[in-house]
Amino acid sequence: MSASRAISVSVNGVRRDAEVPVRLTLADFLRQQLELTGTHLGCEHGVCGACTVLLDGRSVRSCLMLAVQANGRAITTVEGLAPADGGLHPLQEAFREHHGLQCGFCTPGMLTTLVEFLRDNPEPTAEQVRVAISGNLCRCTGYQGIVEAALGAAKRLRA
Amino acid sequence: MRVIGRAVPRLEDEPLLKGEGRFIDDIRLPGMLQAAFVRSPHAHAAIKHIDSAAARALPGVHAVYTRADLLPHLATEFMVVGLPSASYKQDLNRPALAGDEVVHVGQAVAIVVADDRYIAEDAAALVDIDYEALPAISDCRAALTASAPKAHGKSPHNLLAEFDMGYGDVDAAFKKAAHVFRESLWQHRGGGHSIECRGAVAVHDGMEDRLTLWSSTQMPHAAMRLLCDMLGRDENQVRVITPDVGGGFGPKLVFYPEDVVTALAAVLLKRPVKWIEDRLEHFVATTQERDQYWDVEVAVDREARLLGIRGGLIHDHGAYTARGVNLPYNSAENVPLGYELPAYRMNVKVALTNKVPVTPVRGAGHPQGVFVMERLLDRVARELKLDRAEVRRRNLVPAEKMPYSTQLKARGGLTIVLDSGDYPKCQREALRLAGWDDFPRRQAAARRAGRHLGIGLANFVKGTGRGPFESVTVRVGPSGKVHVYSGAAAMGQSTKTMLAQVVAEQLGADIRNISVTTGDTGTISMGLGGSNSRQAVMAGTSAHVAASKVREKALQVASHALEVAEADLEIDGRTIRVKGSDVTLDLGRAARSIAGTAGYTLPGGMTPGLEATEHVVIDAMAYTNGTAVVELEVDVETGAVRIEKLVFVHDCGRILHPVIVEGQLIGGVAHGIGNALFEWMRYDENAQPITSTLADYLLITSTEMPPVELGHVESPTPLNPLGVKGVGECGVVPIAAAVASAVEDALSLYNVRITRAPITPADIVTLVAEGRR
Repeated sequence: MSASRAISVSVNGVRRDAEVPVRLTLADFLRQQLELTGTHLGCEHGVCGACTVLLDGRSVRSCLMLAVQANGRAITTVEGLAPADGGLHPLQEAFREHHGLQCGFCTPGMLTTLVEFLRDNPEPTAEQVRVAISGNLCRCTGYQGIVEAALGAAKRLRA
Repeated sequence: MRVIGRAVPRLEDEPLLKGEGRFIDDIRLPGMLQAAFVRSPHAHAAIKHIDSAAARALPGVHAVYTRADLLPHLATEFMVVGLPSASYKQDLNRPALAGDEVVHVGQAVAIVVADDRYIAEDAAALVDIDYEALPAISDCRAALTASAPKAHGKSPHNLLAEFDMGYGDVDAAFKKAAHVFRESLWQHRGGGHSIECRGAVAVHDGMEDRLTLWSSTQMPHAAMRLLCDMLGRDENQVRVITPDVGGGFGPKLVFYPEDVVTALAAVLLKRPVKWIEDRLEHFVATTQERDQYWDVEVAVDREARLLGIRGGLIHDHGAYTARGVNLPYNSAENVPLGYELPAYRMNVKVALTNKVPVTPVRGAGHPQGVFVMERLLDRVARELKLDRAEVRRRNLVPAEKMPYSTQLKARGGLTIVLDSGDYPKCQREALRLAGWDDFPRRQAAARRAGRHLGIGLANFVKGTGRGPFESVTVRVGPSGKVHVYSGAAAMGQSTKTMLAQVVAEQLGADIRNISVTTGDTGTISMGLGGSNSRQAVMAGTSAHVAASKVREKALQVASHALEVAEADLEIDGRTIRVKGSDVTLDLGRAARSIAGTAGYTLPGGMTPGLEATEHVVIDAMAYTNGTAVVELEVDVETGAVRIEKLVFVHDCGRILHPVIVEGQLIGGVAHGIGNALFEWMRYDENAQPITSTLADYLLITSTEMPPVELGHVESPTPLNPLGVKGVGECGVVPIAAAVASAVEDALSLYNVRITRAPITPADIVTLVAEGRR
């Protein structure tokens, strides 16, 4: 029905070659073809931020991008945050410690968004954290635990 | 207490943090097909003809089913779910798929099943439906006028139900009153908008003739019963499983057309079928809470003591009954709760409209009742020139009158008894934390700088832990692992951790040794699921009693095996130990010894099995209460409201896990701020939805959310052995009322009256302009 293209991407440090329909979104490519279901879809129109992944280190909405547009790029998803040898990323640890998640559905997008933010802003204020995650909706937490987790992680990452 | 009351790490967190959760859309089965629904674009129309030939012909499409295709396979096409009430004038149950009439935008007309969702949506667009548009009714007040279009062609009128609630001689109370004040209020609550939408995955095992449905539901046992009823199957042929659920917030307690149609498609196609709701569908096909219009009067004496309240409520029901009249019942019931009100009468009319059905969203009608009472109390304070907090103090049920028998009846007929608590203390503490007494100085200073600060408060009381029971099995396996199965349903509120805590308190104190299975009808025969802030109360109680019985038996077995008194034994992790010694018996060993060996008697003549199942019945509800105080600034030029400080003091009885309780409360507060200021599901006069993206329908984001300062008062309820009251919805309940009070206070210079929620910037600009004239 729709044309396909061959693409080659690096996902969480692993090279993946695939034939994808040109209309396949990056989110569906990650979730369905690569079976990386940690990236979640909450609105598919770019508002909720649950599908956020890092593309060459910058946060993008994988629901608003086509898989073919990611050809030749490096993608980090939530599955790629924890160290390969086990344990959790300091941000993940902080989310657990500060009750930064309840149902956990928005969490992958919150984590990827904040990984980028804390890399660029190692000493943020609470207000800056709030602005950083203002494009990610959470219906459970009221954001307070997430903000505290981000501040806690920043401290840990600086140490 | 070794585990209860402590902030133990949640069992749920690690997989969710690593992207290893399993939500409904993460389920993949071999040969699985994907479905899309064809939905009505009309609020009201007759279906003249459906032509699905072009859709069926599209490569990759496996089936297109309409009502006519499904009818031969359905024992009944209707979802009969309405809660019992004598007030119904009409029974309007939802059909699986629309027949010759559609009654709201988004109603499912056909299902398309294809190799993938992309193709399914292509094909859905090719299904050609010949509609004849009919007049639609959008406004629930207009719906009750004689000339209104009927929401259903065959209905005699749009009155779905009507009832009166109340007690005492109301008219006499008004006659002797020193003052009577009247208010007309509009309240709107939008949708649930869990970040995960709904979804269903069905597979039929033809060899065993068993149907399994994974559904992102809050009520798996109800879903199983409805599948049995509609598909003509028995309980052994249907299993419903809830995977991780990405937020519930009410609408997921409903059983939906998509659940049964997806399941039937899997049976007919002999292939697994998945349907995942998208956000647009969530706006038009998932239930909402929407509109209530109140006309109310309050009668008080010279000292501002309440004498009576009377009035009427018109409630938007939507096009079908998807739950019942419980929502307006809750609202009307909640108006007087918490205050000493001698006489009360509320007439409630439930109106049909051509909109998606209305069912509870977190808070379930209670915030609206609170809003009504708190707006009236603010009015009394203003007219009598009294402090708003003082008017409340004079009328709150005092602690010494607990338990306090009201004259109200809960929906099941029991008299409502406020079981415990100190309402005035909560208010005092909230005022103290908020700096209430000092606020006039802050306000005056701000006004000198041209800024408009306001402060407001609201009290609430909410019934939690709705009975009659929740089921829990606690079983020690031969491995020594403790397995817990419950009819409770987890949707993000840490239900598994809560149950593990309660069980671990009795059985070894190590929550990592507790494996909790919720929301799987294959593991426990009954369950009422997740709603009404009930699970810690009801499932927690059954878990406590079951675990206590298993503990007792484990100690009996060990006492027999180790030849020591039970009182000398303790359980630590997977080990039963003689206190102060290294003589032990593993829990797994105890379980094995009592599992029996063929031909040999059981030790000590005990009954077999180290397990217990409990369905502890508690009919009376545990009433959580609290006080919210909001301080905010209003920009009179733009109408923007910025909340500077929000204090929330509450009493949910014994706190099982302090961090989880705080998370539930703050999340609820966020939802309440959304209802106060942002969330508005708008329709035009033809009942066409006009806010159907998250860019148009506003959920609160991190930058609008103030830090919340919490205060805890703990009055354990006598109604259950844990002393716990529910907390899941409570954060929402007083917020719209407190925000309205604060906005009105901020704009007192302009004589502004807030009679609605949400309060939008446009409303504020208009009200200020009127006040300036």
